[in-house]
Amino acid sequence: MTQTLNLGRIVRLSLLSFGALVFLAPYIFMISAAGKAQADIFASSLSLVPQQWYYVENIQKAMSRVDIPTLLWNGVVVCGIILIIQVMVAVPCAYAMAKLQFRGSRFMMALVMLGLLVPIHATALPLYVAFDTLSMLNSYAALVAPFSISVFAIFLFLQFFRALPDDLIHAARLDGMSELGVVARVILPNAWPAVTAFAIFSVVAHWNDLFWPLIVVTNSDYATPPLGLLFFRAAEAGDDYGALMAATLIITLPLVLAFLMAQKRFVEGIAMTGLKG
Amino acid sequence: MFALRNIVKSFGSNAILQSVTVEAEAGEFIALVGPSGCGKSTLLRIAAGLDHCDSGEILLAGKPVTGLSASDRNVAMVFQSYALYPHLTAGQNIAVPLAMRELSTAQRLPIIGRFMGGSAAIRSNIQERVKDMGVSLKIDHLLDRKPGQMSGGQRQRVALARAMVRRPAVFLMDEPLSNLDANLRVHARGEIVDLHRKAGVPTLYVTHDQSEALSMADRVAVMIGGKMLQLDTPQTIYENPTHVEVARFIGQPRINLLESRLNANRLVRFGSVELVAPAAGENDTVTLGFRPEFVRLAAPGAGLSAQVERLEFLGSEIILFARLHGMGETIVVKLAPAEARTLTAGASVNLSVDPAHIMLFDGKTGARLKADVVEAPAHMKATLHG
Amino acid sequence: MADIALANPGAISNGEAARRSEARTAWWLASPAIALMMLFIIVPTLAVIILGFTDYELGYDGFQFVGLENYVELFGDRTFRQSLWNTTVYTLIVTPVSIALGLGVALLIESETRGKAFFRTVYFLPVASLLVAMATAWQYLFHPTIGPLNAMLALVGIEGPNWLGSSSTVLYGLSIIGVWQTVGFNMVLFLAGLTAIPRDLYAAAEVDGAKSAFERFRLVTWPMLGPTTLFVATISVISSVKVFETVKTLTEGGPNKASEVLLFTIYQEGFVYLRIGYASAMTVVFLAILIVLMMIQYRVLDRKVHYA
Repeated sequence: MTQTLNLGRIVRLSLLSFGALVFLAPYIFMISAAGKAQADIFASSLSLVPQQWYYVENIQKAMSRVDIPTLLWNGVVVCGIILIIQVMVAVPCAYAMAKLQFRGSRFMMALVMLGLLVPIHATALPLYVAFDTLSMLNSYAALVAPFSISVFAIFLFLQFFRALPDDLIHAARLDGMSELGVVARVILPNAWPAVTAFAIFSVVAHWNDLFWPLIVVTNSDYATPPLGLLFFRAAEAGDDYGALMAATLIITLPLVLAFLMAQKRFVEGIAMTGLKG
Repeated sequence: MFALRNIVKSFGSNAILQSVTVEAEAGEFIALVGPSGCGKSTLLRIAAGLDHCDSGEILLAGKPVTGLSASDRNVAMVFQSYALYPHLTAGQNIAVPLAMRELSTAQRLPIIGRFMGGSAAIRSNIQERVKDMGVSLKIDHLLDRKPGQMSGGQRQRVALARAMVRRPAVFLMDEPLSNLDANLRVHARGEIVDLHRKAGVPTLYVTHDQSEALSMADRVAVMIGGKMLQLDTPQTIYENPTHVEVARFIGQPRINLLESRLNANRLVRFGSVELVAPAAGENDTVTLGFRPEFVRLAAPGAGLSAQVERLEFLGSEIILFARLHGMGETIVVKLAPAEARTLTAGASVNLSVDPAHIMLFDGKTGARLKADVVEAPAHMKATLHG
Repeated sequence: MADIALANPGAISNGEAARRSEARTAWWLASPAIALMMLFIIVPTLAVIILGFTDYELGYDGFQFVGLENYVELFGDRTFRQSLWNTTVYTLIVTPVSIALGLGVALLIESETRGKAFFRTVYFLPVASLLVAMATAWQYLFHPTIGPLNAMLALVGIEGPNWLGSSSTVLYGLSIIGVWQTVGFNMVLFLAGLTAIPRDLYAAAEVDGAKSAFERFRLVTWPMLGPTTLFVATISVISSVKVFETVKTLTEGGPNKASEVLLFTIYQEGFVYLRIGYASAMTVVFLAILIVLMMIQYRVLDRKVHYA
């Protein structure tokens, strides 16, 4: 019996390990190519260790052609502002819908369900026309504004708040808190797991988003990381994969590092937002 | 008959079961009772084959099954959560153990399985037995419903039906009544006992509720801290516990336990009663135990003087909590309402304990010591006979 | 409302007043969300529907309503039809494969005691990586001459195709990237679904005589995962329909429109050629597809996989 158990385990582990290798392959070759000289890349596709260590040169080349710190900074600013506004708008709204009696809550629910159906891709055309008319293209405002409202956040928090006991809110009111005080000092701290989960979801989504930045930003001063990388690729005529991979590596690194450091929260956050949504 | 012999199980350095033995005669109902974490559920899962023991031997219907998995043992189990398959109707749930054992893997395939040779006859036979089972448990009108559409009591019956639909070597029940409300629970007790009597299959019943264990079982096994402390009839367990922990766990309200010391002659004095402990055991601390119903009110000046702390009126009886003067311990007394009519909190009372029902336990090991009454005043003897 | 209460205090009970004040607070708390929803979701959606009936082009003044003309043109448009077809093929590849792999990996990881966290991290890594960047890494892997993938295939004597450069393989290449990117996400959802299955059900299955792991999977795991699977399927289909990043980064719809997908076509028409009216009509079709998919999910969810 232990025999078959071991055999089963060996099969399982080899399957998992083989799959893991396949999944890691792009990273492995990216890291490898980022350290290879042009000639090296063309000579030997399969050897992982560069013949000459060319990391510094490739990174320098990449940095000189694309302003990576600005890209990352733009990414942080845009994702940060989006997240803060989304939470500040969605939490009070979800609280009102979950815990307060008002006639509008059914209408709000309909709005939210409708909003969940409509991605940015569907509203992009009129929004683009509007921003263009207002001469607001190429600005942080244009990057952030359409995402200031997240119906998904409202939906997620709504589910979470419904599960919070009413007595908690009654007690807070008896203690003399205003409704805004209840939201800020009772609801928000208790909703922290939902907020972190949403934060991870939101940052991953907007850090990666290419569609909207591509539409409203043509000036590399406001480019987010994906857009900046696209600009870099466009400017790079030849197949200088060394420099390209170096740039790719540096741009990928921050989010991957954040994920590796808080991977448990990441996975839980995605699972939670995924299942609730 | 089935037997669990010298079962040892530990998780890491945590010894869950320390050589536990339970043997049941044919058709016997054994209740495993103990506080939570005592290892009773682990023992049950080991009996089922869901967990495996580190050492020990398991026999089902006289045959050793120690290394076999649950599906290869002929056991049936009722789970605390009922563990009904939520996507199947009650009838389909009850049919699962029959289908798993009587249809081959190929015959069980969806659609194709129906056209496999012999499948139709077996299926209709299974249907027949499921229906019979439904009738005998009075759930035949629920067979087309899914568990989500049933009440707790109905689910419990379906779980019972799923276990009883075939003839296993042993029924294993893991707190099957703990999710029912109080009224239903008392009713279901009687039903399970009746069903067990009809089926005549040995049953191992895990519960943390001592009244369930005492009222249902032929024999009760008391487990505490991974050890089987006593396995005997409910009456013996109650009247004659062999260990202080058994005495403490069984009985409602709890037994009175008082720490005391033996003098040089191995005598212990309690009020005007003197008991002698056997010479065995070196240590001189003992625990005196007596049940609340063996304490009586005594005439003023006689017995032990005490002060009433609290009275609990329970209808047919009154529970009296009294602090003993001098010793400072609170003892619990069970009185008929007529006896206690005049008592109020704060009043002084005199209490006497029936010397024949004082038990002595070793202060260190907790083992029961055989105690002899050396001296009992005349009025005590009177209570002994009155 | 406060005025009425003051003018006629006897007419409104205390309870009524409290209810009104609560409703007022609720509206006030919800008002920023309502305003932003109107501004950025409802109005633009209505605008897209209206624009779909116009010939509006950015840079030209004014526009005319042209009725269904855009839609008529749309269904005769070779590029759009190609785009719909490509999106369908991509979705039909990526969805089932990423669900099957996600479930498989989740089952393997779940039954493994050690290394759980490690494998989960590895398979999830693509979800947390910048897709545009990783697409670039894939481009290198797929490179016909210097790419490691074809070099590996050459080792076993297979002449690898020009993955992203040939119209016969470009969709498969993009699908591989799509699967790679989605499996981890699906796996995490399946892992959450697996942990939600009560252990007692597996114990019951074993006692009931389900001998093999496969039988327990059929009796317990698969039915209990029903809601998760449906959800994962819906999410996967919708995210496949929205494929854009890899196409824009790697192929620009080419070669020869072989990787032209819905969002990319909309992007080209609307934001490159600035034919807003025409692109709006495409967007309406895109939105309709999403709504139909969601409705299918709700239907199935109600009928089939909710047991309670």
